Amino acid sequence: VRNSHDPVWRFLLPSFVFVCLFSLYPILDSFRLSFFRMILTLPWLGQKFVGWENYRDLATDPVALGSLATSMIFVAVTTPIEVLLGLAMALVLNESFRGRGWLRAVVLVPWAVPTVVASQMWRFVFNDRYGLFNYLLFGDATDRYWAPLAEPGLALMSIMVADIWKTSSFAALIILAGLQVIPRELYEAANIDGANAWQKFRHVTLPLVKPALLLALLFRTIDALKVFDLVFVMTQGGPADTTNVLQFYGYKKSFAEGMIGYGSAIAVVVFLISLLLSIVYIRLLGTGLMGKEGRA
Amino acid sequence: MRKVAFAGCAVAIGALSLLPFLWFVLTSWKSATEISAIPPVIMPSFHWDNYRSAIEQYGLLHYIANSAIVASATTLISIVIAALAAFALARFKLPWGRFYLMLLLALSMFPQIAIAGPVWRLLSALGWLNSYHGIVAAYISLSLPFAVWVLTTFFQQLPYDIEEAALIDGCTRWQALRLVVLPLAAPGLFTAAILVFIYAWNEFFFALIILTYPARQTLPVGIALFPGEYTMPWGDIAAASTIATLPLVVLTLMFQRRIVQGLSAGAVKG
Repeated sequence: VRNSHDPVWRFLLPSFVFVCLFSLYPILDSFRLSFFRMILTLPWLGQKFVGWENYRDLATDPVALGSLATSMIFVAVTTPIEVLLGLAMALVLNESFRGRGWLRAVVLVPWAVPTVVASQMWRFVFNDRYGLFNYLLFGDATDRYWAPLAEPGLALMSIMVADIWKTSSFAALIILAGLQVIPRELYEAANIDGANAWQKFRHVTLPLVKPALLLALLFRTIDALKVFDLVFVMTQGGPADTTNVLQFYGYKKSFAEGMIGYGSAIAVVVFLISLLLSIVYIRLLGTGLMGKEGRA
Repeated sequence: MRKVAFAGCAVAIGALSLLPFLWFVLTSWKSATEISAIPPVIMPSFHWDNYRSAIEQYGLLHYIANSAIVASATTLISIVIAALAAFALARFKLPWGRFYLMLLLALSMFPQIAIAGPVWRLLSALGWLNSYHGIVAAYISLSLPFAVWVLTTFFQQLPYDIEEAALIDGCTRWQALRLVVLPLAAPGLFTAAILVFIYAWNEFFFALIILTYPARQTLPVGIALFPGEYTMPWGDIAAASTIATLPLVVLTLMFQRRIVQGLSAGAVKG
């Protein structure tokens, strides 16, 4: 159907304008800024072109390298745990039992709680003098209480716990959607063949839910790379930079210290890592998603 | 035996999801002595002083108003713009439609820090820092990729016959969208709206860098920057957190099914 009075591009224009102004242009500008030295809040001091200097500094900055390592450890530890917990939750939610509706709603609570609220909540749980964590560990022996958020070895783990609590249910939702499209007949056939519960899980459920697991893993990976709120509220990157993830370091350089050129170089690195991951994601799953568009 | 194990799992999942937050909510009704007591006091004495002080001393109502304005405006505008785009993408074969959807998908994955500096500079040049329209403009573009994806998926599932008849009868595309598609798509629009609202209500990073005047800050910023270095006012923080979370928990419990549908629409379907 052709209709020259209201061309299709008009419908796409508003979204395109917003996306260009606030997403595409800023990304290009981040690339440009990463080759300059300038102070964010003092633009009248001018921008000085410094070539690759910011990147050279970045490669030799021990804090930046530590930050990269911290981000990688954070992603590598939290995402598999979140996907496994998500799978367990999804398997339970996929059964029919009394109170399933309630459980399904309750599981969404961590997802619905604002991340900043979850951060304060876990900060309270990990409090060094009256936190629930210490009480569960040491009971009344307050002299043995730890300060998890001030302890280099424990701070990152505390943030991981908070992240796992907050986001496992999202993984569960994606995996549950994958479980629900597995046809019942397959389980009935397995029953007739005398398969036990483990065999059914291993040979029917697992292969068929694999795309959903992968999807959850990639979503979580990309999201975990962006972790910021938890770090900002719980530790401010400390103690001794042990929780200084990339996104927080970039924020600190660009906005707290105003070093927008250097901050942009960090931003570009984070961007490239994410880009790599999204290409993997789109390659693996995107083509399947795109198959159905355009009916006219 | 198997049944007992299963029930145990179900209860454990429910308890781990709910109890940590419930603990914080209970804290909001505790006195300072109850909060720091060892062993912990489980049931609070239900006094409302924390709420009063959160409202009177920390201006909680201001933050709530700011969040409500920003989240509602974002939702309204973002859904209208996304619906226009999704209609075109779902209904017409566009040579670059596929590419546009891919682009949006890629954009939604980029870390905020990758665009934070330039967005700040842009809003600063426009004089839009510390303004509602500044933060709303940023939120619209950040929520658009997700909203377009969810709505495109929903629109694709709608029957096409009525619309085709309308177009053949000489309806313009605009009329087809307004008179045929939108009424049918109302549930989808509503679902996308809830998800965008939750996103805008919870967003912290951009609110932190764009809104530096307390009078303009949203709830997440207020809660994150709660004053207190050595003795944290935990009761007040818990009270503010409870109020900030209440609308979301209510929305989630009421529209659980839709939210689950919407979240998986952009992901597994198709």
